[in-house]
Amino acid sequence: MTVQGDPLLSVNGLSKWFGSPSQGVRAVNDVSFSVGDGEVLGLVGESGSGKSTIGRLLLRLLDPTNGTIRFEGKDISALNERALRPLRRRMQMVFQDPYASLNPRLRIRQILGEALDAHGLARGKARAARIAELLELVGLSADHADRYPHEFSGGQRQRIGIARALAVEPRLIVADEPVSALDVSVQAQVLNLLQDLRRKLGLSMVLISHDLDVVELMCDRIAVLYLGRLMEVGTAEEVNRNPRHPYTRALLAAAPKPDPDAPKAQRLLKGDLPSPKSPPSGCVFRTRCPLAIEACATTVPALETVAEGHAVACIRSDVQELMTS
Amino acid sequence: MLGFGLFLRRLFRRRIVLIGALILLVLIVVALAAPWISPFDPNAVRVARRLRPPSAVNWFGTDEYGRDVLSRIIYGSRASLGIGASVVMMSVACGTLLGILAGYFRRLDGPIMRVIDAFMALPDILLAIFLVAVLGASATNVVLALAIVYTPRVARVVRASTLVVRELPFVEAARALGVSTWRIMSVHVLLNVTSPVLVQATFIFAYAVLAEAGLSFLGAGVPQEVPTWGTMIAASQSFSDQAIWLVVFPGLAIVLAALSLQLVGDGLRDMLDPKLRKSL
Repeated sequence: MTVQGDPLLSVNGLSKWFGSPSQGVRAVNDVSFSVGDGEVLGLVGESGSGKSTIGRLLLRLLDPTNGTIRFEGKDISALNERALRPLRRRMQMVFQDPYASLNPRLRIRQILGEALDAHGLARGKARAARIAELLELVGLSADHADRYPHEFSGGQRQRIGIARALAVEPRLIVADEPVSALDVSVQAQVLNLLQDLRRKLGLSMVLISHDLDVVELMCDRIAVLYLGRLMEVGTAEEVNRNPRHPYTRALLAAAPKPDPDAPKAQRLLKGDLPSPKSPPSGCVFRTRCPLAIEACATTVPALETVAEGHAVACIRSDVQELMTS
Repeated sequence: MLGFGLFLRRLFRRRIVLIGALILLVLIVVALAAPWISPFDPNAVRVARRLRPPSAVNWFGTDEYGRDVLSRIIYGSRASLGIGASVVMMSVACGTLLGILAGYFRRLDGPIMRVIDAFMALPDILLAIFLVAVLGASATNVVLALAIVYTPRVARVVRASTLVVRELPFVEAARALGVSTWRIMSVHVLLNVTSPVLVQATFIFAYAVLAEAGLSFLGAGVPQEVPTWGTMIAASQSFSDQAIWLVVFPGLAIVLAALSLQLVGDGLRDMLDPKLRKSL
């Protein structure tokens, strides 16, 4: 169990480099954050910002290059596969693509049963009942168990993916873009399901998304990533109302608004994400930052607390106005 | 997963595949029902009737010992198809195992695939002749030799598919669940490499039937007293100018078997490949 006061999950100085240390891709660079018991943390960023890599590192589906991951107070960043086995019950993943995350050749009963078997849960007679229970938990019915994945819609498949993750009764779920592959009409249903489950089961969650609305709806706290580095971390309310990092502000300004009369969003960011093979010196965001000054090229800004539960990595965070030329 | 009925309907959408499958079916039925449908004992020697051309009594004529060629072809199908089927089973089993190991464990990939490349660099028949020469000529050793010859083909195909499947999210999901590596390989990977293996298996069946005939004809195969299509042609060599039917009918049987298997293999490949691309 968690030591009192210790967060459920805490990540310190996490880095992941793919390829050689000198020429490789720095997908995740010195990232630190924590997730409390029952908390939902949103990881936001563009594609290529390292969000999914972080998700996989947390579950140790990838090995970190540097840094520590502590789960329930225990350092799991160097455990081998065998030592990880019991941990696999405590943390689970929901995948982005519901069409590829279920084995097309297995029935739903087998897919869910495999999760149970992996940890010796619900053996014998209890098995069918548990599978039915799981399916009902995610809003499907027990007689779906004997079908194959291709007989389901995207939303239903994602529900099955969620049921599979829940089969082992985890405390933490890493949801990697759980709705981005779904139709908009179905997205809301799946998000509602996740929220219900969170409340019902007291789950903690790391929600990876590029959709700010999704994150705002679902998360207690938000961490903004850019090019493998954390730009800003804070409570959802703080980050949304009072974004301090120019990147966060640009992201929020670019989000489409449902009001047709609202002034058109200004495009504050130009160009593309620089290559993570050769990230800019100093602050990685400076090449696209409207506020960049010379000092930005020389110092890597540290994540500094600007308010209660709100930290920003920017030496210009005191400048409130984003220049729009 | 396709239902079996739908599977067959798609497979036989092309008429030529259906024809191939029907020929194959007839050959298999003939092999299984040999004792009941063959008009004579395939080994009954009747010198008085030697080298008779095809007639109402001996539809495919008789050989130099007066044995009925039709009966020998019918019994020969058992040996020829049996050897082919055994070769398929052995090479598919070994090739799938090696391919999954090479594809899944990156460290085994180099060693396994280099050995397989070395085997594939040698011409099939030469390698088979060499192996039979080393092992000794018998039906079992022909199966063994041909299985060794065709295992690399299966292994290559399986390795390529494994490389794709191992990166798919459902494999990652299984890893995240703590599913054992053994189960990931034997369930998730294996089930998803079956389609290309099935296609290869049909082709290997055809090659094996041809290769067995070739080996037997060269005397590097099954001993001549066992009737197979290959040994029949081999035995008739010295009479082929006076009794052409001794060569033609076993030859036709070989052609039909190889052709029908190739047609079915083509059909399977055409049907499974686009689906494979879509599902992967």
